[in-house]
Amino acid sequence: MNLITVEDLSVSYGANTVLQRVSMGVEPGEIVTIVGPNGSGKTSLLRAIIGATKPSAGKVTRKPGLKIGYVPQKLHIDPTLPITVERFMRLTHRASQKDCADALESAGVPDLLKRQMSQLSGGQFQRVLLARALINRPEILLLDEATQGLDQPGSAAFYRQIEAVRQETGCAIIMISHELHVVMSASDRVICLNGHVCCEGSPAVVASAPEYRALFGTGTGGALALYRHDHDHDHDHHHGANPQEAAE
Amino acid sequence: MLDDFMTRATLAGVGVAFAAAPLGCFVVWRRMAYFGDATAHAAILGVALSLTLQMPIFPGALAIALVMALTVTLLSGRGYAMDTLLGVMAHSALAFGLVAVSFLSGIRIDLMAYLFGDILSVSRSDLIVIWGGAALVVALIAWRWSQLLTATLNEELAYASGFDPKREQLILTLALAITVAVAIKVVGILLIAAMLIIPAAAARSLARSPESMALIAAAIGATSAVAGLRGAYIFDTPAGPSIVCVAAILFACFSLIGWQRQTRI
Repeated sequence: MNLITVEDLSVSYGANTVLQRVSMGVEPGEIVTIVGPNGSGKTSLLRAIIGATKPSAGKVTRKPGLKIGYVPQKLHIDPTLPITVERFMRLTHRASQKDCADALESAGVPDLLKRQMSQLSGGQFQRVLLARALINRPEILLLDEATQGLDQPGSAAFYRQIEAVRQETGCAIIMISHELHVVMSASDRVICLNGHVCCEGSPAVVASAPEYRALFGTGTGGALALYRHDHDHDHDHHHGANPQEAAE
Repeated sequence: MLDDFMTRATLAGVGVAFAAAPLGCFVVWRRMAYFGDATAHAAILGVALSLTLQMPIFPGALAIALVMALTVTLLSGRGYAMDTLLGVMAHSALAFGLVAVSFLSGIRIDLMAYLFGDILSVSRSDLIVIWGGAALVVALIAWRWSQLLTATLNEELAYASGFDPKREQLILTLALAITVAVAIKVVGILLIAAMLIIPAAAARSLARSPESMALIAAAIGATSAVAGLRGAYIFDTPAGPSIVCVAAILFACFSLIGWQRQTRI
């Protein structure tokens, strides 16, 4: 059974439609990556999945009682708010000190428990966000551009950590990223989004799909530079890389 | 014991300080300082309406403060930057309130008493209103503490944890309106925001956790109320402003200590 099923989801802000008839599903234990240019509705899709944005059409179904771990894109803690890592981790879940320490260990940053959040480096901060999301042993982790502000080695290390977490806990993962080459190798399935699902399938299938190339170009090296929109590309054919998804 | 006007004034000041401390922390963390001002300024309109209708001040001020706070919450994010919107709303409300009061020439009212407070004339029934309102505010914030903190940090985090951050915002708005309404008598409309922000800001440099910041802010607020009233009695100065002056001096002292500690590390 799918943990999360999205059926014909449309999202509009006023007259501006950002998502149109998007369908997708996530099975237990799989890593799904959502890629797409700026303004392609990636974050709106994630917001709709957690219930922060109301769909204008279609629906999002979560497995009853699904435990979600969410790692936000950016979390600004006002400097006037004193809070230790431990207190921050316990904010939304009752957890023992040992649970917090274990989660920090899993996220690759042990020994930060008593530090102030404001004293952490960018990389430490993101890992604490990850640890916080892990603390209630989620069945699915949602990551929204979780490596923003990290340099390349930093984000590569972060994604290795994510893979390790999946190995360790078996939780499913949905992540949004624009760092295609780093992310794609770690995912089971890639969904290429541009207001609608352009194409989806295994990383290899998507990387060679014409829709994907139209959006991101051919070389992975040039991927980051190519945020050009091409609305003329053709969407009519399906890949069948994931028949179950195509059936939905 | 409550026959003494100084005792009643002190109790009133401490009551307001207790409500303002935890709420003030959220006002500071969420950068809502101007929001507090706008709500407080709107209350003068409530005062004018209450006087016209010959009603007690508290419900009128509460209602208008609430309407103001809700309007600002609704309008935010629709075209104008928050500070512009608040600047328009706060000062218009104050201006309309002052004009409305001027129509009440039949009734002799001491405008100064509402602008700067009249803590020395606090009655027993005022005390009940102040402590009742303060208890309600503290209870509201204590009840929703974790959710309020989460919503303050990140909206999506709140949604992912299964609650609506907009509802938490509404709770803060309600608490703010109550605090404004009970604080009018104590520090007056122009200085309510000071009682919210200054103790919380002063507590920042001493606090290591959100909870300790709220508690320290309450202690600083209460100390300011007691010392300010004492000072007002000795030096024959206006009571409300004297309380705020003590809070400001404490803020300066603690900030200096905080800086010194930082540079030493």
